[in-house]
Amino acid sequence: MEQSTCFHCGDQCDVNVINLQGKMFCCNGCKTVFEIFSENNLNCYYDLQASPGAIPKEIEGKYDFLSQKNIIAKLIEFDNGSTQIVNLYIPHIHCSSCIWILENLNKLNKSISLSLVDFGKKTVRVHYNSETSSLKDIVELLNSIGYEPYISLEDFSAGKKHISRTLIYKLGIAGFAFGNVMFLSFPEYFEVGEYWLEQYKPLFRWLMFAFSLPVVFYAAQDYFFSAYKGLKAKILNIDVPIALGIVVLFLRSTIDIMFDLGSGFFDSLTGLVFFLLLGKFFQQKTYSFLSFERDYKSYFPIAITKISKEGIEEPIQVYDINKGDRLLIRNEELIPVDGILINGKAKIDYSFVTGESETVSKLSGDKLFAGGKQTSGVIEMEALKTVEQSYLTQLWSNDVFSKVKEDSFTTLTNLISKRFTIYILSIAFLATLFWLVVDSSKVMNVFTSVLIIACPCAVALAAPFTLGNMLRIFGKKKFYLKNTTVIEQLAAINTIIFDKTGTITSNKKNTAMYEGQVLSESEEVLLKNTLRGSNHPLSRSLYELLKENDIISLDQFEEHLGQGIQGVHQHNSIKIGSATFVGTRESSVLNTVVHISANSAYKGKFTFYNSYRKGLSKLFNTLKKYYDLAILSGDNEGELGNLKKILPAKTKLLFNQKPNDKLEYIKYHQSEGAKILMIGDGLNDAGALAQSNVGIALSENVNVFSPACDAILDANQFQKLDAFMKASKSAVNIVKWSFVLSFMYNIIGLYFAVTGQLAPVIAAILMPLSSISVVVLTTVATNFIGKKLE
Amino acid sequence: MSVIYILLTISIIVAVVFFVAFIFAVKNGQFDDSYTPSVRMLFEDELVKEEPKKSKKPKD
Repeated sequence: MEQSTCFHCGDQCDVNVINLQGKMFCCNGCKTVFEIFSENNLNCYYDLQASPGAIPKEIEGKYDFLSQKNIIAKLIEFDNGSTQIVNLYIPHIHCSSCIWILENLNKLNKSISLSLVDFGKKTVRVHYNSETSSLKDIVELLNSIGYEPYISLEDFSAGKKHISRTLIYKLGIAGFAFGNVMFLSFPEYFEVGEYWLEQYKPLFRWLMFAFSLPVVFYAAQDYFFSAYKGLKAKILNIDVPIALGIVVLFLRSTIDIMFDLGSGFFDSLTGLVFFLLLGKFFQQKTYSFLSFERDYKSYFPIAITKISKEGIEEPIQVYDINKGDRLLIRNEELIPVDGILINGKAKIDYSFVTGESETVSKLSGDKLFAGGKQTSGVIEMEALKTVEQSYLTQLWSNDVFSKVKEDSFTTLTNLISKRFTIYILSIAFLATLFWLVVDSSKVMNVFTSVLIIACPCAVALAAPFTLGNMLRIFGKKKFYLKNTTVIEQLAAINTIIFDKTGTITSNKKNTAMYEGQVLSESEEVLLKNTLRGSNHPLSRSLYELLKENDIISLDQFEEHLGQGIQGVHQHNSIKIGSATFVGTRESSVLNTVVHISANSAYKGKFTFYNSYRKGLSKLFNTLKKYYDLAILSGDNEGELGNLKKILPAKTKLLFNQKPNDKLEYIKYHQSEGAKILMIGDGLNDAGALAQSNVGIALSENVNVFSPACDAILDANQFQKLDAFMKASKSAVNIVKWSFVLSFMYNIIGLYFAVTGQLAPVIAAILMPLSSISVVVLTTVATNFIGKKLE
Repeated sequence: MSVIYILLTISIIVAVVFFVAFIFAVKNGQFDDSYTPSVRMLFEDELVKEEPKKSKKPKD
């Protein structure tokens, strides 16, 4: 077999290699894209990155709904009659070639005036002339060059997304004020008592006051709101001492300059807010191209073809489907509602729903469930329910999906701050009492100084910087977390539950066992060569499993959709396929089987087994030391024996679990105090992922869709799961050590405060010093842990 | 009037000008995508290389 890769998409081309201009292509689709590009002088596409493309899909009629005015209006961002702007999500965007070609779209279609790529979000914003072109043209053009945009029901119902930039504004304001206040307060740090300085002191001080106003009343707003919310819920969160510190800093400083008692602490005040916001900004890292909040809406199409009573096909919105409507489902289209198959051969891929990659054949009169994808030819069906009432979509009415997980989890920082606040307040009161007796003139000074110096800036920064950095390191290792709280929750896990299909097994079935009469050499050659001509997934994987044989040309080859294939060479014939096709009665219920007969005599069968992910056994053996393990499978017990062999004896194995059973199982164990990590992949795990303490979606390709979860793990990194768990624990330890460090700074500061010697310059040194050393410590320590993850 | 007032006014005006520029930059979405522009600016050369080819074609 020649091993050559396609010039356009990089796939191996083993069956039908197409040669053009000395380049090899795996299919006509790829060749066509290459031709489009070379005709338009866009060959640079292949210079920037080797084989960057994707095979264009056949979409005949798929985008007909885009010619409907009301649907267009919902999708486009801007329309002034002649120019329209649309923002399209294209999952294939992955390299600089993609940016280049998509930003040169105007060379392929003259009506496009501008196209801009946002690489992080994997979107392209296209400006085009709507008089000479249409949204449908744009989408079809993109598809023809292998960049099919993903348009889902979510785009339709979400409306225009609002980008929040408030944090950047606040950070800008705080940084601006901090710099200027620093600069104005600098002369007074040395307090030389010069005539010149004395004369302009009030001016400098009131300018600093002016600069601090937007910081206190705008940039620090969130801390006041959060502290108020916390107090209302009777929780002393970290924002309570921070808000208290900011208020005291501001009032004390204002009084100081009003009565000329000192220069105030405006430098510390603005610096504090600036550093805190910086921490927030750092923590806010989001993977904008991933979505952790998906429900069925991101999977479903916007429109579907309806066949009216007169037999006319028209696209209608999915929400407008009524009971009894007759729908046309094309190849590769998703079934949006539960219904009955009227005619056509249905081969439904329910992998969205069940995680099971095997397609299911249905005959007319059979029930079809929403969420399945038709994989061969066109079918007609009658809707039995509306979209919201379908079996799959009903799962989302469970209240786990409306609960916000973070609210029920107390972070380490808030746990510490509860005690911290109480200690600080008692120290402040004790010191005040002491000075009331000794020297009452210093009372106010000491009381405010304690609250100022104890403001837990460094404590508040420890978690954002440690966990924020860890989040980035995990991201580089293809483990994408929704937010930093997930790391803390991962560290607290004591039970891990796995889904079976697609999670601990890989989606490719690549082990098969042959049972039956031994095949002769000529039969093996014929078998291999017959499989060669078929594109069915099972034929492909069986073809790759069989040992190499000479290539012969068949005299006759027939493919019977949904049944099997037949090949004839000289006077030998072979049939490969389902039991009925081959002509045997034997059939297996539990496993996927391909039967073979040669010259009308039954020979035997290939049974496919799930192939487990690399390193599975090792991973389970490492994990079992620290965690309780269980497997919840929606499948039958066919694999029970195999699993028992591979996995540690203690592992619980449960089969035939429906989506709701999985959810209930987790709920039950949580009520017994277990902290559960659920790892799954399909929509059938969506409930379990939402119910668990941490839900990780495993994905073969992170750009395609995964159910709502807390984290997305690239399937190739699966065997590193224990390393990630360990790293999360270490990260939490780093946070604890940074707390210790910042408390030491606090004790030094408190010494100055309690003895009544806190000068603004000391506060101005201590506060940034403690913050910066905590930031440095956490960054160095997390990078060290990250190195160990290699 | 002392020169300090002039200097202070100038320094604050300069600072405020930069601050306003920052606010406008954020408002225009310059901070929304911090990656793509870094790649895009490297394409300029290839585009220029292409222009003459294109203009030649119709003449032929």
